[in-house]
Amino acid sequence: MGLCVPGAHPRVEIKPPIPIIPAPIWKNIKDLQEWEQLHQKRPEGDKHSAAFESITEGIHSFPGGFVVTTLADAFFNWARKSSVWPVTFGLACCAIEMMATFASRFDVERLGMVPWASPRHSDLMVVSGTVTIKMAPMLERIYAQMPDPKWAVSMGSCANSGGPFRHGYHVVKGVDRVIPVDVYVPGCPPPPESLLNGLLLLQEQIAHFRRTGERAAPNPKVD
Amino acid sequence: MTREQATTLIGERFGVAQVEGESPLVVTLPVDQWASFARFAKETLGCRFFSFSTAVDWKEQGLEVVAKVDNLDERLSLLMKTKLGAGVTTCPSLVPIYRGANWMERECYDMFGIRFEGHPDLRRILLSEDWEGHPLLKSYAVDTPHPPYR
Repeated sequence: MGLCVPGAHPRVEIKPPIPIIPAPIWKNIKDLQEWEQLHQKRPEGDKHSAAFESITEGIHSFPGGFVVTTLADAFFNWARKSSVWPVTFGLACCAIEMMATFASRFDVERLGMVPWASPRHSDLMVVSGTVTIKMAPMLERIYAQMPDPKWAVSMGSCANSGGPFRHGYHVVKGVDRVIPVDVYVPGCPPPPESLLNGLLLLQEQIAHFRRTGERAAPNPKVD
Repeated sequence: MTREQATTLIGERFGVAQVEGESPLVVTLPVDQWASFARFAKETLGCRFFSFSTAVDWKEQGLEVVAKVDNLDERLSLLMKTKLGAGVTTCPSLVPIYRGANWMERECYDMFGIRFEGHPDLRRILLSEDWEGHPLLKSYAVDTPHPPYR
């Protein structure tokens, strides 16, 4: 597509210049390169079960069957996002803000979130605070005890990247090296409003959770 | 017991000790008098409260062990210091005299690798048992990798 100069011959076109997009500056930052290599990705098995997959594939291949599967997806996702139960798990000072968020003033129960004291009944883990090397195996174990599908919110600078303790001898440089993280909430510590925003973002992600297990940024036009 | 009385007593018993400061009274000792001075501080000066024990890494000059003991009744506090010397990592333990020194010296061993002779149970206290190295030493590199987590 080009622009036609008014009054000139119709075949004369001015082509817009091709913009030279510089390489993203973060590609040169060592810590971010490290993050690209080391952060945990979603495991391959993080989907619905194989039986469920085959049934939905069967329905999907019928003419008009996509309506059913799409509606079912939408229904399941609505049900999931309306009952996210975070496991009661606090690590450091961010946990105080997390408790404030879960308490009556900010009241996440209106979003269907009930802080639950057992990982076996929970869907969400809010990693609130510094993850030390000594704590990381326990965190991994609690995350492994939660049933699929499960989500993780990394709360605060320490859980995101190690924060002020990044170069300490005992700190894991971001909880995403231990478990896959869905939402990063910045702040030191993030106020309850900030965490609430993160939880709403997570709900939006859950609402767009597809059968393929992809958890990309919500975009209703995809699929 | 006032500060002056304590200073005179220390001067009589431990001539080599270097005494300075107001409060706390800083006493710098050679290593071989470390335990005997602690016993003297507890029994004669009445410093029965063991406040803390730690160490300082002076790089080439070696490690320095620091302990603070207090006489809470008569408002006297002593800061005991001793330099171990370059490359030396052994120090007499204060646990036979002060039971409160037990965990402090374990932490000191954990972070600086000082082996306290006469300690009943010298294990790591904060770091995990399979940890390599002693992280508060100046020779411990920042960002030492620790697989699989960092």
